[in-house]
Amino acid sequence: MSAFHTLSVLVQNQPGVLARISGLFARRGFNIESLAVGPTENHELSRVTLVLEVESDAVLEQITKQLNKLVEVIRILEFDPGEAVRRELILVKVRADGRNRSQVLEIAEMFRGRVVDVAPDSVVVEATGGYGKIQALLMLLEPYGIRELVQSGSVALGRGTRAITDRSRYDKTPKSERV
Amino acid sequence: MTDTVLSDSKQIMTGAQSLVASLEAVGVEVIFGIPGGAILPAYDPLFDSKVRHILVRHEQGAAHAAEGYAVATGRVGVCMATSGPGATNLVTGLADAYMDSVPIVAITGQVNSASIGTDAFQEADIRGITFPITKHNFLVTDPAGIPAAIAAAFEIAGTGRPGPVLVDISKDALSAMTEFQWTGEVDLPGYRPTVRPHTRQVQQAAKMIAEAERPVLVIGGGVSKADGGAELAALVAQTGIPVVTTLMARGMFPDSHPLNMGMPGMHGTVAAVGALQRCDLFIAIGMRFDDRVTGQLSSFAPDAKVIHCDIDPAEIGKNREADLPIVGDAKLMMAQLSKELENETLKDLGPWTAFLASLKDRYRTDPGDPSDDYLLPQEVIKRIGELSGPDTIFATGVGQHQMWAAHFLPHEQPHKWLTSGGAGTMGYCVPAAMGAKVGKPDAVVWGIDGDGCFQMTNQELVTCALNDIPIKIAIINNESLGMVRQWQTLFYGGRHSNTDLHSWRLPDFVKLAEAMGCVGLRAETPAEVDMVIKQALEINDKPVVIDFVVHKDAMVWPMVAAGTSNSDIMIAKDLAPAWDEEEL
Repeated sequence: MSAFHTLSVLVQNQPGVLARISGLFARRGFNIESLAVGPTENHELSRVTLVLEVESDAVLEQITKQLNKLVEVIRILEFDPGEAVRRELILVKVRADGRNRSQVLEIAEMFRGRVVDVAPDSVVVEATGGYGKIQALLMLLEPYGIRELVQSGSVALGRGTRAITDRSRYDKTPKSERV
Repeated sequence: MTDTVLSDSKQIMTGAQSLVASLEAVGVEVIFGIPGGAILPAYDPLFDSKVRHILVRHEQGAAHAAEGYAVATGRVGVCMATSGPGATNLVTGLADAYMDSVPIVAITGQVNSASIGTDAFQEADIRGITFPITKHNFLVTDPAGIPAAIAAAFEIAGTGRPGPVLVDISKDALSAMTEFQWTGEVDLPGYRPTVRPHTRQVQQAAKMIAEAERPVLVIGGGVSKADGGAELAALVAQTGIPVVTTLMARGMFPDSHPLNMGMPGMHGTVAAVGALQRCDLFIAIGMRFDDRVTGQLSSFAPDAKVIHCDIDPAEIGKNREADLPIVGDAKLMMAQLSKELENETLKDLGPWTAFLASLKDRYRTDPGDPSDDYLLPQEVIKRIGELSGPDTIFATGVGQHQMWAAHFLPHEQPHKWLTSGGAGTMGYCVPAAMGAKVGKPDAVVWGIDGDGCFQMTNQELVTCALNDIPIKIAIINNESLGMVRQWQTLFYGGRHSNTDLHSWRLPDFVKLAEAMGCVGLRAETPAEVDMVIKQALEINDKPVVIDFVVHKDAMVWPMVAAGTSNSDIMIAKDLAPAWDEEEL
């Protein structure tokens, strides 16, 4: 049975790291559902959030182990649904003119979206949220006509005080205060 | 190490000098390589260095020679090439080293950093090309980064699960002035191989072994990399558990030992394959359940619980689920296991070892049908082994001769067997033998090669002749791509499409050998075999090539056809072992 899993991968911020990760997935036949990468609180590090659809725990284990073998990978966390906050960002251009603009705005508002551009016959809505919320918003906007859609990969952060860098050399917490 | 290197003070020098000083500092004694435009700056200080450089004839030869050196000596082998085609010619050797976990470092020149990405002359993205076939690789464009990259490359190549590392250095980084200071320190926060196995896991292994009635130790190349021969011998002496050695582990346990069942897999012995199919406990140490060993996975070792020890956690559970995973160094694991087993009482393994001894006795590896009219390849290889003495190092190519060499040479000592297992690289033999001889100049080094393989890399015999590297190459000349021909005979209705090399006609291997500065010999009848082998063994000032013109229809048996179950092993065409008679 396939299921979605979120991996958070802390890597050294060096040229070619993303190519190594994507190359690993390509050659071992693993599928990436979404990928987001960016800098972190430490300029030496980047953090990659991967959403994967895998057939079994064994495949997920193999992916994690192979990723761990990459020399630039510092740490990998797999987030269970309850213990992490996940967000993705969309910008969506919807057909909306004088007759139905207010309806589109109302939908956007319900999802705490923001209108970031308005033209005579379209609006651009910005929204963030988890996968389910974004899908629901898109479903409601669909009947008005979606002209364009861009979507970021999902980013995720564990809930609570703990950090991915805990007990690593990148841990900035004084030793006495570590949990 | 030179005094310059030991000094703590920073010195001003070029990046190229910094590279050579770093190689000296890390203890490199020999580099196999070919210069060219982008790497040219490095060759100038190398000219004055105590590091020996051997000018090969093709970069593939440099990479395989580095591998041969590494396997024979246990040290990290080094090869060097220029950018573009020089670097891409290393690719086959890097892929081979990656598949067989051989520690080598490849140093390549790259075009000037300002030109990278512009399709400059002799530019190739060798770092990108080698992502999937190196353990790690670096692109260095800042001369200050050269010592750290070299230190890290050797650390990564030689520790944990060994493997190839490539360091690509731009020409401007080699030419520019820099401060050199060797600290030898390596800063790799994401690289922490697990070497010491978990005590509780090893204790659990001891318990499982104590409960087993039909245990088998399956030894792979990892035991060779960990240099675990002594620990393995002790473990077997202590427990009496039978041993199977994969192709990469031949010699890690002596073939003459009654508990050695031989090699498993597609061309394994009936005893080894039978041991795996009938065992109730499969103790895998440093082996990776390669498809050439397992055949059809679903029917492989069907009754076995699996203890899988490997230094690479990703190998555990990759192909076969492990009941007990142990991540760690094979040598340490076996030593620890021996200690834990002191507290356990093993079951009586008598019936099990008697069963295997009976298989081993009745199903010996097919030595072929002798005749006065033609040479049997199996017999030729056997005689080379018998006449050459126990300290001889053997390298092989890939194919039928490789399998016969795996079966018929005397595999009694570790680190004397060099073969291309995972990648199956034809052309490995001659350069690998060259590298081994450079690393072990006092050893007799034989290459057992095929006529097809030999024609891929034989140019390195010129390198051998010019550099006083007197290796001996036995060409098992069956005039064809023998293993492919065997498959065509068995699975393609005998249609021998494009496997006839006409090597009886061209090239004339004796003349070719002589043209390359070697002694060329030939044997065509059984009576000549011992004579030419002895003659070759007496020549120590030149490389020797012997053209053994052998029977072209000889086949490698036993055989498990690709994708079928190991239980369906055939001992000859249409002939299976009589399993049903076996009561256990």
